[in-house]
Amino acid sequence: MNEKKFQERIDAEKKIEPKDWMPDDYRKHLIRQISQHAHSEVIGMQPEGNWISRAPSLRAKMILLAKVQDEAGHGLYLYSSCETLGVSREELIQQLHDEKAKYSSIFNYPTLSWADMGAIGWLVDGAAIVNQVSLQRTSYGPYSRGMIKICKEESFHQRQGYEIMARMASGTPEQKAMAQDALNRFWWPSIMMFGPHDADSPRTGNAMKWKIKRQTNDELRQSFIDKTVGQAEVIGLTIPDPDLKWNEKRGHYDFGEMDWDEFWNVVNGNGPCNKQRLAHHKKAHDDGAWVRDAAKVYAKKNLLATN
Amino acid sequence: MAENAEIWEVFIQSKNGLAHKHVGNVHGSDKVMALENARDLYTRRNEGSCIWVVKATDIISSESEDSEVFFDPSNDKMYRHPTFYNMPDGSKHI
Repeated sequence: MNEKKFQERIDAEKKIEPKDWMPDDYRKHLIRQISQHAHSEVIGMQPEGNWISRAPSLRAKMILLAKVQDEAGHGLYLYSSCETLGVSREELIQQLHDEKAKYSSIFNYPTLSWADMGAIGWLVDGAAIVNQVSLQRTSYGPYSRGMIKICKEESFHQRQGYEIMARMASGTPEQKAMAQDALNRFWWPSIMMFGPHDADSPRTGNAMKWKIKRQTNDELRQSFIDKTVGQAEVIGLTIPDPDLKWNEKRGHYDFGEMDWDEFWNVVNGNGPCNKQRLAHHKKAHDDGAWVRDAAKVYAKKNLLATN
Repeated sequence: MAENAEIWEVFIQSKNGLAHKHVGNVHGSDKVMALENARDLYTRRNEGSCIWVVKATDIISSESEDSEVFFDPSNDKMYRHPTFYNMPDGSKHI
């Protein structure tokens, strides 16, 4: 199959499967995007894992444990689909450790209070859902199927976060202040999760042409903001953007400009927790090496015994 | 760097009586670990009543690029479908 035939299949909304011919750049783009997505799920366990031992009730602790376990599962679904492109799990982890592969910058912010568990579920998972719902229609079959599975599980994440925010916002003045503070800190990083403006996003063109992405960064961001403003109003919290207002003509909310210097600063490794997140992942991986080795030796021994 | 553990494809029967359906894959150094990993990864919400794991390298697949030729023999045999046949007017339960 050549590139023209490939594009015809894409245009006809046919899914591309692992053994199908694909342009090298399509494969490369997918490996980059899916592995970044997988790493984000896995690194994303750290800011929430931070609060498991300090959850305010047994109910909250069980929920948080289940959510963090889901994130691990989502990471594995994604590594699985990435591996179908001919790259190994070890290579992917190595790229993360060598800082050749990125993960979502949002996880480089610290989680300072219990309200941050609310803000992350509501905003960070909320933004991820908007992105992932769109990616259910991505052209690569294994990625699309992974997204469908993830979306089914993800809505519990957002609802548990919003419930935390709603409870704190209707609690004591101190609790409400904590919820507002979490919203203030997580709002801008959350809407920057969708990436640079379309005009500054050089890879968007190919990604849209190949239907890897189905909506642009700015479209997805707008959709998230439109959904979220009303939810903040319902629980009496204020989104920290003085320029935020309904635009009757556009049928969307207008909003202020994001701080792109901060965005690139965090992307390039200088956020509050970049070093800590990566160091922790490396340590956990290294500490687990003996388990992987032992499992392999055990399997070999069993195989010899049965032969 | 340790070698990759083997990849196992995972099939889940969602309810007794239904067929097993492919859901994805897991890594595992042996069949017990593959089965337990599949349980932990793919049935966190009661999705299954039975799991199969099969080594990915043991699966033989047809090539989708050759699918036209490969499936060609059945294309011209419309008489295998019930709608091929003319039934007399008024006939019922057939």
